[in-house]
Order: sequence, then structure tokens, then C-alpha cells
Amino acid sequence: MFRGLRQRFEAWVTRGQRPARQPVRLDRRRIYILPTRQGYAFALLLLLLFLWSINYSNSMGFAFTFLLSAVALNSMWRAHNNLLDLVIQPGGAEPVFTGQDAQFSYRLDNPDTGPRHGVALQWRDRSPRYTDVPAQGSATVVLAVPAEHRGRLRPGRLRVLTRFPLGLLQAWSWVEFEQDCLVYPQPRGGRPLPVAMAGGTGSGVGEQGAGSEDYAGFRPYAPGDSPRRIAWRAAARTDRLLVKQFTDQARPELWLDWRLLGAEPIEPRLEQLCQWVLKAEGEGCEYGLRLPGREISPASGEIQRRRCLEALALFVGGDG
Amino acid sequence: MPWSWRKNRRERAKAAKPPEEPLTRSALIWLLAALVLAAAPHASELPIWLSVLFATVAGWRGFIALRGKSLPPRWLLLLLALLAGAGVLIDYRTLFGRDAGVALMVAMTACKLLETRVLRDGVVLVFLGYLLVMSNLLYSQEIPMVAYLFAAVLVMLAAQTLIHRPHAGLRGVAPLRLAGMMVLQAIPVMLILFILFPRIPGPLWGLPKDAYKGRTGLSDEMMPGTVSELVRSDTVAFRARFASATPPPNQRYWRGPVLWRFDGRRWTRHEELPANTPTPFVAEGAAVDYSVILEPSNRRWLFALDLPARLPPRTGMTASFQLLRDQPVNEVYRYEMQSYPNYRTGELTAAERFRGLQLPARGDPRARALAAQWRERMTRPEDRVGAALALFREQAFYYTLTPPLLGADSVDDFLFRTRQGFCEHYASAFVFLMRAAGVPARVVTGYQGGEANDLGGYFIVRQSDAHAWAEVWLAGRGWARVDPTAAVAPGRVRDGLYAAVADPGLLPFLARRGGGGEYEWLRQLALTWDALNNSWNEWVLAYGPDRQKEFLSGLGFGPVDWAEMTVAMTVTLGGFGLLVIGWRWRRRGTRDPVARAWQRFCARLARRGLARGPHEGPLDFTERVAASRPELAASVREIGRLYAILRYGPMGSPTDVRQLQWRVGRFRV
Repeated sequence: MFRGLRQRFEAWVTRGQRPARQPVRLDRRRIYILPTRQGYAFALLLLLLFLWSINYSNSMGFAFTFLLSAVALNSMWRAHNNLLDLVIQPGGAEPVFTGQDAQFSYRLDNPDTGPRHGVALQWRDRSPRYTDVPAQGSATVVLAVPAEHRGRLRPGRLRVLTRFPLGLLQAWSWVEFEQDCLVYPQPRGGRPLPVAMAGGTGSGVGEQGAGSEDYAGFRPYAPGDSPRRIAWRAAARTDRLLVKQFTDQARPELWLDWRLLGAEPIEPRLEQLCQWVLKAEGEGCEYGLRLPGREISPASGEIQRRRCLEALALFVGGDG
Repeated sequence: MPWSWRKNRRERAKAAKPPEEPLTRSALIWLLAALVLAAAPHASELPIWLSVLFATVAGWRGFIALRGKSLPPRWLLLLLALLAGAGVLIDYRTLFGRDAGVALMVAMTACKLLETRVLRDGVVLVFLGYLLVMSNLLYSQEIPMVAYLFAAVLVMLAAQTLIHRPHAGLRGVAPLRLAGMMVLQAIPVMLILFILFPRIPGPLWGLPKDAYKGRTGLSDEMMPGTVSELVRSDTVAFRARFASATPPPNQRYWRGPVLWRFDGRRWTRHEELPANTPTPFVAEGAAVDYSVILEPSNRRWLFALDLPARLPPRTGMTASFQLLRDQPVNEVYRYEMQSYPNYRTGELTAAERFRGLQLPARGDPRARALAAQWRERMTRPEDRVGAALALFREQAFYYTLTPPLLGADSVDDFLFRTRQGFCEHYASAFVFLMRAAGVPARVVTGYQGGEANDLGGYFIVRQSDAHAWAEVWLAGRGWARVDPTAAVAPGRVRDGLYAAVADPGLLPFLARRGGGGEYEWLRQLALTWDALNNSWNEWVLAYGPDRQKEFLSGLGFGPVDWAEMTVAMTVTLGGFGLLVIGWRWRRRGTRDPVARAWQRFCARLARRGLARGPHEGPLDFTERVAASRPELAASVREIGRLYAILRYGPMGSPTDVRQLQWRVGRFRV
């Protein structure tokens, strides 16, 4: 119940905030502060000390109680200052597969002449990630956000918090950035890689294509050639890197086709395709990807892999 | 669905549970240091085994922390806790009360130390540490102790910062410096609270019996030996500051308990109800105005010169001119007094006459016989008084701190056999003789004299100034003070005890007034220190509910009640807060070079009638200026662009800041 209330309160407090594209400087209007559980316990301790002082008419007891109260008040001011004028700048996040944690990085800049200790970023109820920000310097915090669905993952509202110096009070602020992380489908599925075909428009499923096996001689290595094609033995003889060449000009093409998986619902299909992309890339093949309304022509390498995975991640609709 | 819901809940619980934060090594070391500092002053009153236990455990825990060893098993801890508790119970025969409570707290802290691992344990220890600091104040509030505990609190605050793992970035003495800064900045607020927080007179509930154990002072009965024991102490009883001329020594009789009842050996008080108006008498001559700063005595009576003519708050006066407060004095208590050294009191009531002539049914036949003789021979009571004083003066009576023991008929024994006594012997024998001679008389105990501290301009009255004298009722004069000791040793009243007593070597150092010999400089040093202590007492420790009212009323607001005090406190705190905010605001404004340059730029344009409207952003504004003053367009636009980058863009570079400053500096309208 309190959880619900708290969420509604948060939503109400931050109703005016829009996701920022730029670094956010925490100003006094967006910093909140409340006692922690420890802070409430400390208040009880102060009350106890106060009663003790009254009961024993102990003048220095009063002074001690008031000193601790004033220090607690001072710590409130310090907690607030620890966040005030802090600048938070969102960094990028490398794409991840569904089920992994997206790693969002943030840079905290401290314009002040003194260091700031124990500043944390927190995503929802995950444990806060603390860091120290040196004077007029910056620090980086990486937040792990679980990627539960493919597509673009937005971390949403983050909490910037600190309990510095005494842990009696927590000062915090909410920030939200216009940023996202690409989430690929989870590579999953039991099917073997489809077979590559010559001249492939990919219509004849299951036909044999043997062209890539017809060896025709060597040519010199050029950047971008798959290491699997390098003729290592020949290279050792000639002192140059040579690549095996094949007579077959219309090379067999490996098409990872949406239609190959006709019977299954959308997500498992995407997962299977994702697995194929990784496998094909791993085996050094050239591969293409066909999705309804999108075709990525065969190639290999990191760029191809990214293009394919991105297409899978952002795939919308498609009825087979 | 139910399954997934449950699973969800479990996950949620896992996520919500705060992670355990093991304490870092440096946090533990700071914490140990703070606790040892807080507990150390107790070593003097704790049983030795407990002090040793605490030191051992602290050392052991430190060793574990430094060497990364594992904590002792739980059963050992439990055993230790049980043994320590049993030890306290055996030693004090209780677990309650001040001393046993402190012992238990020290034992608990030791046990907790051995299981301390994570943040939560650290918090508990820090809180225990603050309680230990407080408990020290119950034993002493003197300047050295307060300074020491102040240092302990600094270390404790440093430890409190460091037990939080995220704050471990504070290294070396940085935590201590932070604590110092915090305390320094907290002091103004503390002072406001100390002065203005409405004080409530305590206690709120019953205190343990041993709450104020070990306080020396006058008791409410007198036997041979009570006063002569007391004068062996040079503890300060109270200090007095005279607003008017200082009365001479023979008028400096500080009136304490008045004793009426005699059982042959012991003098005791008669319960008199205090009235809330001063007991009337006829004053002759000028009044003496002074203030008394009374040390805690755990007794209700307040001391005043003969005869007091006004009442401090919450105090009443008995018919025998004794001041009684509603609560025992357990704090340093300051009150304003007025007395008339020359006076006549009124008629004797029947009850007073009865009590003033009371004697034990039997005993001391020789003294009674002597008094009966005086009664027959002399008609005027004054002559009988004179006869008794002459007896002391002319016979071989000695004034000594170590009188011989007295037998069953104590008065006879003293008057006719030993003839060596201290003031209580003389007062007791004198009043006995007077009563037997038909003159109403009573014993008054209190203090006589006092040492002037010229540096502080006040008098110190020590326990060694304790005294007992007599009062007799004479027609026409009322109750008149008679000091039989003065008849034996006139120097006692004039120069103090050290000069008068036969065996001054028994007196403590500070009580040897004028007799310090070659160590007199040391006594003078002690007096300087005492002057400091007196100011501390007068201005700080004595600042209780009464002094607070008096002080605040004295500021010219008239009488103040707690509601007004609360308002004053809130207003002062708020004012102070605003002051701090304002100061920070100004500093922020001047510290930020970008804002300063921009403000200068805007001010310059404003002087030419181109003021920036509150709705205008920097770019809108500079565009408007550029449109109306085309000759300035280029530089104005550049300034606006730079400012916008620095203020609203992603982190501007220091070069941009310099650019802006340079351009604004060169800008002329």
C-alpha cells in the first residue's frame, strides 16, 4: 500500500519534469530531504538525552543534547549541499540481449572547490551505486538496468541520493534522461543454421548448394576477408597471406529468413533468428537477414551483425 | 497467477532489503578510539575487572580488525554477556541506579564490540557511545572533563561518518576535520538552543538512590565529629559575589540548617513548614546584596547571610530563617540574595519557647547544676550568656580538629574533662547550658567566613569553612547570634580555620588560607583556576530554569514565560537560518564567474535603457539588443551565445568562461 502511495507521490512531485536531453544540474528546487530510519532513531536518542538532562538538571547534558541536535541540523544542510549544483550527464549504453543487464553510464561533474563523498545513483529499488566526485572533477557511475524486453530500453526516472555525512538524512533528487539502450532478442532456439544456396533468392529451401567447395586457387589477402578462408599452409610457404578462391562466382548465400520459421509466434522466431545471426557470424559466413518489410543483404563482420541484431530488436508487427 | 504473485513478492522483498554493509577497517578503528575515549573517565569508579574487560575487548576487536581475523563464536559472546551482567550484579547488588547502570552500559558496549560487523552494529555502538559521553557528565561537569568529552564527541562524529561504507573515501584525518567543521558550524545553533530552549525544572520522575552519591556537605544533624570531619575537605560549597560592600568577617555567617532537638548526643532539625514569604524581622542598618553560586549538595537548603530578607524562585523560608528550595540542589544553582546583618527579630511564640528550652530528660548533671547556679545568681539572660562565654574564654579550652572521644554524658565530659573540641562541641555545650539556664537557645549550622578571590571578585566558601554556632533569644533583641567558638579561638572568625585551629596540618592544602608557605604561589594558581571555574559555574552550569528566566527578563523584555521563549527561540533560529542562506547566496553569486560576467553585461545595457525583461532568455535578449543597436550586434550576439552555452549547454570549457569574461570586459555601449 505504501509502495503504491510512494509511487504516486513520486509521480506527483516529478510531474513537471520532462526527460532531459542535456546534462542536468541539480538545483535547490528539485532536491528533497528526509530522515532515514537511522535518523529517526537518532531523534529518539536526542529525546532520551534531553529527558536525562532534565531529570538530573545537568547543564552540560543540555549543552551536549543541543550540540548533537545542531550537528544533525548541520548534517541536513550538508546532505543538501552534497547534491546541490551537481551536474549529471548521461553517457551511452552498449546494446545487450534480453535477459542481460543494460549498463547505463553517467558522468557526475562537481563544480565545487570541495570533493563530494558518497553520492549515488539508484535505479528503482536496486541497490544504489555510490561514488565520490573529486573537487572540480567528475566521476562515472554505471547503473545496471535489467533488459526484460527487446527494443529500446529507457531506464526512466533515476534517483540521485546521498546520506552524507552522518547517514541520518537522505537527500535525493529525481532525474530522467532522453536516453535508451538497444535490447536484442534473447538468442534462443533449437534449429540448426539453414543451408546456404547458390544464386540464392532463397526460394528453394533444403536444396544442396556445393559451390563454395570448388577450389580454384589463391588470391592475395585483402582486409575484410574472413580468417577462415586464409590458406595458412600456402601462406607459410610463400611468406604472403593468401586467401582461397572459389570458382563459383555466384557464391552461395546464407539467408536467415523469417519465413523459414513459419509456424511459430513472433518472439520465438526473433529469438531463433538472433541465435542464427550469432552463429553465422561466429562461423565466419556471410549472411543476410529477411524480415517482413526489411531485407539486409548478405555480408559478414561486426557491422553486419549489428545491423541484423538491431533490425531484430526493433522489429515491429509482421504476420509471417 | 498466485504463484507468480508470490514469486514477485519474494523478489520484491529481496530487492527492498538493504544490502549489509560490512564496516571498513578504518571505520572500526575510529569507532574503537571513540568508544575508548568515551568510556575511559569511568575507569575511576568502575570495578577494576570491568575496566580491564573493556580494554581487553577493545584491543581484541582492534586486533581482529587489523589482522582480518574472524569474530568470536556466538556462544562465547553470550557467555561473556552473562558473566559481565552477573559481575555487575554481584558488585553493585543491583542492575539499576546510576553506578550500576553505567557499569552495565560499559559491559554491554564491550559485548556489542565483539559482534560488530555491519553498519547496523556500528550505529548501535555510536549511539551507545553518545550515552557513555552523557553518563560522564553525571559525574563531572567541570571544564577539563567537558573539554575532554568534546574531543571524544569529535572522534565519535568522525566514526559515525565512516561507518557508512560509501563515505570511506574520507581518508586520514579528513573525517576528523569534517567533524570539527560540523561542530564549529553547529555551535551557534547550540548556543541559541542552550539560551532560549525553555528549561523544565527536573526531575521528571524518581531518580535512583545513588544518583548524587558522594556529595560532601552539611547534613541536617550534628554530633561530635560531624563538622570536624567535614572541614577536612577543601571542596567548594558555594561562591558568593557581593554587589554592595563586603561585610566584615564577623558578619559573614552563612546560615544553614537550624537544629532544635537534642537527645544528649545528637542535634536534629525540627520539621518546620517553609512559608512563601520571607519571615519578618526588623532590619537595622543597610542591606547587603549578593549572589550565591551553590555547588550541588543534594540538599534542599540554600545558604544566606544572617538574616535573609528575600526569596529566590521556588524557595520558601521557615520561621527560623532557613531557606528551603522545593527540590534538592543537584545542579550548580545561582540565586540573588539580600540580607541585613543587623536586625531584631520579633516575639517568641509559645511553641518556640518550648522547643528552645527542650533538654533530654536526664544526663549531664554537672552542666545542669552549673546552669542552675547561673540562673539563680543572674536575673538577666544576657549575663548568663556572658558567664558561659567567660567559661570558655577563661578556662583551658582548646580548639582542635581531633578532640578526644566523649563518654555517655557528652556535655559534662566535654565541659569538665576533655575541654578539647571543635565548633560543634562548643555550640552544643553552649546551647545546652543556655537551655538549662532558662534562656531559649538553638544551634545553627552553616559556613563562616570564606576566602576572597581577588581575581574574580568573589568569595569562595569551602567545606573547610563549615561551622556551628548558637542563637539565644533575648527580650528586646529577639534571636541573637552567639559564637562560643569565637570565645575560645577568636582567630577562627577573623582569619579562618587554618590560623585558629591547634592542628592545622590536618587541613587540606586549599583550605590553608594565608598559610601556604613556600607553596603559596601554587595556592594562588589554584585561585586563578577557581576564578575560571566560577565564571563557568556562574554563566554556564548555573544556567537553569530560574537563571534562564532571570537572564531573559533582564534583557528588557519583562517577565518571560516558556511560550514566549519558544517564540523567541524559533525566531532566532529562523533569523540565523536566513542569515546563513543569505550569506551563501551572496557567496554563490560572486563565486560563479559566469553569472558575474553576465550580470555586469546586463547592468551595462540596463544603464542605456536596454534592461532585460524577466521573461527574456539570454538569446532573446541579445537578439533584441542586436536589432535595436545594430552597431553592437556582433559582440552582443557572441556574449549571448557564450552565456547560453555555459549556462544551458553541456559542460562549457574554461576557455569559454575566459572568452565571456574578456568580451564582457571589452564591451562598451
